[in-house]
Amino acid sequence: MNDRSEKRHAIDMSALGRSNAGLNLENEEIAISVNALKLFYGDKQAINGVDMQIPKNRVTAFIGPSGCGKSTLLRCFNRMNDLIDGCRVEGEVTIEGENIYGKGVNVVDLRRRVGMVFQKPNPFPKSIYENVAYGLRLQGIKDRRVLDEVIERSLKGAALWDEVKDRLNESGMGLSGGQQQRLVIARAIAVEPHVLLLDEPASALDPISTLKLEELIYELKSKYTIVIVTHNMQQAARVSDYTAFMFMGDQVEFSDTDTLFTNPSEKRTEDYITGRYG
Amino acid sequence: MVNNNNQKTGWFSSGTPWVWISAGAVSISLVMVFGLLLLIAVRGLGYFWPADVVAMDYIERDGTEIRLMGEQRETELVPLERLLDAGYQLQDHAGDVERHLLKTGNRDLYGMDFRSVIEPAVSNRTVPDGVIVIERYEWGNFYGFLKSVKENGVVVADGEAARAALAQSLERSLALHEEIKQIEKSDIGAINYQLERLRLKTRKLELSNSLDPQREQAIAAERAEAQQRYQVLQKKLNDLYAEINRDSLLATVADGREIEIPLAKVVRVYRPNEMGVADKLPHYLSKVWEFVSDEPREANTEGGIFPAIFGTVLMVILMAILVTPFGVVAAIYLREYAKQGPVTRVIRIAVNNLAGVPSVVYGVFGLGFFVYFLGGNLDALFFPEAAPAPTFGTPGILWSSLTLAILTLPVVIVATEEGLSRIPRAVREGSLALGATKAETLWRIVIPMASPALMTGLILAVARAAGEVAPLMLVGVVKLAPSMPLDGNFPFLHLDRKFMHLGFHIYDVGFQSPNVEAARPLVYATALLLVVVIVVLNLAAISIRNRLRTKYQAV
Repeated sequence: MNDRSEKRHAIDMSALGRSNAGLNLENEEIAISVNALKLFYGDKQAINGVDMQIPKNRVTAFIGPSGCGKSTLLRCFNRMNDLIDGCRVEGEVTIEGENIYGKGVNVVDLRRRVGMVFQKPNPFPKSIYENVAYGLRLQGIKDRRVLDEVIERSLKGAALWDEVKDRLNESGMGLSGGQQQRLVIARAIAVEPHVLLLDEPASALDPISTLKLEELIYELKSKYTIVIVTHNMQQAARVSDYTAFMFMGDQVEFSDTDTLFTNPSEKRTEDYITGRYG
Repeated sequence: MVNNNNQKTGWFSSGTPWVWISAGAVSISLVMVFGLLLLIAVRGLGYFWPADVVAMDYIERDGTEIRLMGEQRETELVPLERLLDAGYQLQDHAGDVERHLLKTGNRDLYGMDFRSVIEPAVSNRTVPDGVIVIERYEWGNFYGFLKSVKENGVVVADGEAARAALAQSLERSLALHEEIKQIEKSDIGAINYQLERLRLKTRKLELSNSLDPQREQAIAAERAEAQQRYQVLQKKLNDLYAEINRDSLLATVADGREIEIPLAKVVRVYRPNEMGVADKLPHYLSKVWEFVSDEPREANTEGGIFPAIFGTVLMVILMAILVTPFGVVAAIYLREYAKQGPVTRVIRIAVNNLAGVPSVVYGVFGLGFFVYFLGGNLDALFFPEAAPAPTFGTPGILWSSLTLAILTLPVVIVATEEGLSRIPRAVREGSLALGATKAETLWRIVIPMASPALMTGLILAVARAAGEVAPLMLVGVVKLAPSMPLDGNFPFLHLDRKFMHLGFHIYDVGFQSPNVEAARPLVYATALLLVVVIVVLNLAAISIRNRLRTKYQAV
């Protein structure tokens, strides 16, 4: 036990001013359940059998060194990996009771329920309004009143409304990086997904935009199940309730964020969060 | 010495010579482009300037003396020996001799428009007052002096008074001419077109054995009605011809001969020797306008080239309409749907090589496949009534546009593919992640974003198609098209018609003209116009592209 007090912790959880104390996976409702998931790029295996329960209406962070498969795992949840040639998935991912790799799954419908935000802000070369309306128009919604309402709600939900409400018809490409990323989030929540996947959403942003984004994530979790991939351990500690540490295609450890950062049970986790590699 | 050497290598390795060489290459290219444009502009546009008419006494090779009058067009130095060999009496002369090209006009009298004169044989050169130049519908220009104006064969004005009388009569005859042209071209043309359609309709009914008396009667009634309108117009036309043939003018040429010119044959009369620059400029502009807006006369050596401009532009627009969807769809399949592998690579190589096939080969293909096979079968299936006269089984503007569409297809495919491959993956994934299918992503995001690249392909295609002549000679271009492919007769756009083209016009005027000297400046003027047309078409496409670029600016 003396050992433990000498440990150097990368993150001082108490200094972050919030606590996840009292969280326990046992008490959570599970949104995404991963069962023996393996993924291959051609002959190369990128994920070596992951089992994971992701709780509903919480923020779950995936951390780990580059190339450990955390983004790949995230992209399994909306079958984005289908787009990559030679990619093959084994195992099960159950979202809301349905195995999304089962037969007869409607991928388009799945992606509507599982929204995604990418590393680099990727607004469409359309107006701010049309960017947010995109998903709705795909569903065939044309009623201007409905669109106006949803767009206002989504932009407010993404904390962007006050900055853009007077220039909804200007191009979304003209916004700053942070605004673009929030626009993309607004676009994702406009179709009212149940799960929101964030793939290193702050990696291309400056610190102030990052802070705003983190606050936004914190607010969004009351409505959505959020899974976030991040390189930044501080960020994982700040925004997430649960954290998974991945290494070389394996899930090394999964627990509530407090425990993972202050009292990791695995040597590899400890080495990573204290900066010994990665 | 060593130091100097170091400096030299230093200068060389600094890259300065490279900068000079590359900059030099750019400037030489610029000089050549501007030199080319300047040359054709000067040669082509100078043609329309009304030059002074000079009169001179000239001793011919055989010693006879004649009086000549005309516009001096070109002057060159000719070695003496060559002239001696040609039989000129220049034994007491030394050195090179100036030879002028004189446009004497009056082809009806001299049998030719131009003649060359050598300077030593010229004497008494003057710029006489009172010279009139008459542009005529037949026999080219007339150079001479006005004597009198006649009405119904009776002299009504003589001497000084003839001048005012001529202006008055000319105004009248030009108005009549305009009226006649209107009736002949559009009114009677429309009736002829209607009669032809009636004939085809009857024949069609005959062929399908459904020509009952009732229908026959209806058609006959329609035909009679058209015939009657034709009779009315014909009568009116006869009256107009009688009217226009009333007046004529008498004029003398340089050697004193007198000729009578009916005013019906006169396009315009002017007096260059009495005109200052202020008078010549409007005349010049009206000539240039006539060139771009009027129809050709006299085997394409006079008048304008509007049908050729129109044919070129229409053909290019049709080509663009045909090639764009085809090329874009092919590029989308190749880039977005086809599995990338050896097969697609081979297809890409094949497409790129198609761009290198000589254009006349496409012409041969167009003639064999489009005109004879496709057109022939279309005729057999849909236009049996017109047989044996072909409808689509003969060269025409549709086949020309199609042939050029195939010719430019590789350019459009390659450019569109480039554009598609440049759309970032992130944007596509963004769309897919929102529940869009691949097709929705393509139509809503990818293709709009790739549209500037598509326009680039189209610009290259237009530039190539507008300048292409060789294949067109096989699939639809003619030297003189009696009617334009777009007119007031239903269905307005006649895709089966042959058409005129600027590029072919240059070739025709330059090589096939009976009147070489008269045609030469027209070659330059037409070439200039072709360049202008291509530039205008390109600028239009570029402005569309720029608008698309700002609309769908890349990430």
